[in-house]
Amino acid sequence: MSSLGVISGVVQPLLVIAGSPLLVGMMRQVRARMEGRAGAGITQPWRDLRKLLRKQSVSPRGTTKVFRIAPLVLVATTLVVAAIIPFVTTASAVDPAADLFAVVALLALGTVALALAGLDTGTAFGGMGASREMTIIALVEPTLLVSIFALSVRVGSTNLAAIITSTLHDPLRVVSPVSLLAAVALAVVIIAETGRLPVDNPSTHLELTMVHEAMVLEYGGRDLALVELASAMRLTVFLGLLANLFIPWGIATSASTLAVLAGIALFVIKVGLLSVLLAAGEVFMAKLRLFRVPELLAGSFLLALLAVAASFFLA
Amino acid sequence: MSQTLYVQLLDLACGALLLTAVLVLWRREVAVIIRIFALQGVALAALVAVLAVHERSAELGAVGVGILVLRAGVLPNLLRRALVGFPHTPRETRPVVNVSASLLAAAVLALIAYAVSQPLVALAPSPATHAIPVGMAVVLIGFFVLVTRRRALSQLVGFLLMDNGITALGFLTTSGVGLVVELGVSLDVLLAVLVLQILTSRMRAAFGDTDLDELRELHD
Repeated sequence: MSSLGVISGVVQPLLVIAGSPLLVGMMRQVRARMEGRAGAGITQPWRDLRKLLRKQSVSPRGTTKVFRIAPLVLVATTLVVAAIIPFVTTASAVDPAADLFAVVALLALGTVALALAGLDTGTAFGGMGASREMTIIALVEPTLLVSIFALSVRVGSTNLAAIITSTLHDPLRVVSPVSLLAAVALAVVIIAETGRLPVDNPSTHLELTMVHEAMVLEYGGRDLALVELASAMRLTVFLGLLANLFIPWGIATSASTLAVLAGIALFVIKVGLLSVLLAAGEVFMAKLRLFRVPELLAGSFLLALLAVAASFFLA
Repeated sequence: MSQTLYVQLLDLACGALLLTAVLVLWRREVAVIIRIFALQGVALAALVAVLAVHERSAELGAVGVGILVLRAGVLPNLLRRALVGFPHTPRETRPVVNVSASLLAAAVLALIAYAVSQPLVALAPSPATHAIPVGMAVVLIGFFVLVTRRRALSQLVGFLLMDNGITALGFLTTSGVGLVVELGVSLDVLLAVLVLQILTSRMRAAFGDTDLDELRELHD
């Protein structure tokens, strides 16, 4: 393990934990301002989390261990992914694990754990949310794999650090059809997976169309705080992955203090810009009908597949 | 123009060609489909322009300008004129194959195009011939649109998509089939669209709709 890897393994999880609630707060603030409201300020999610962490967690009668373990699995998998994806430096703490398939599997594991917890409660909302989440993840997971795979074809490795390093050395690749198609496909599935508009509305409770909120309806106190934190972290991780796969410049390649600080600053700026774009886009968008969502995801799967095909026949 | 820039621009034009074909399959509003078709015309003209600059051929450049005028200007305008007079903008509400399934079918068609055009690419490997599968995929997707849509106008767009694909294939394989042949083909397409546009207007005047499935039975 190189010193660069150790730095990224320590800095990244801390950065993601501390920054992700602020990211969510900033997105809410941007939406509020654009809709003509004052907004609660960007530190509101942290205040909510502090309040929830002080309360005891209550689990409904009849639920099993699955319900209690799910938030921990969700946070743990996201934390591992945050530690191993090269966000701040090009080296990864556990290089063999920073693999495309391992990362996608870890992220999907968290989703499945939450869906199982939703089923475990036995309520109508939980089951409905879980079944919808499974419909979405069944189309999201192959698209995630295929779109990143399109980028790895030219590199000859599915290691994320290798993909990012090679883009760093060959900037012209970013404007090729392969990476443009893959970028669009990845953006669509990230929006679907993190439960943003137009697939799921993150700001509604108790509505028949909700997906993510329906699964976590029975959580309270510390468990709810963990679930909320984990979903904010997942959003940060996905946006960071998107940013670093297609615009990796600024990532630290050496272990000097200046390079690492610049890497942290540029990572924050890139993810911040992406989230502001996403929040601004959401203001102008309405939620899709649930039956139209598979159409959107099938489209993004097609784009990802075309990206892979193009990386073979336009090479 | 340096070789890498040429390859990059050629690939981008081909990517745009393929993307617009997929978008035609994806969207339902006929007005939006026509706009996307116009964009594809621009992408095709850009492809020809890139080839013209690379080969330093003024004739090819002239053909490029002609393609831009015809496929991004005249044909979309004709289609739009057929659209005027509908009480509300028509939508492809229930295609024979639903949209998600047809998107997945397009994925299969793209792979078939790749498999089928391998021998052609192997004949004379060059950056232009490497893009042959893209042209082939556009032809197949156009044919798919032609057979699975119900509205006369979207079927017409499918036909034109096929023609765009065939033209792209012609330029990619032979760097242009000659001004006279290209002119003849373009006039043919223009005439076909003119005739079909009049036919569509007559159909709407007679039946109040352009759903071709309504034309199965004979009426007095």
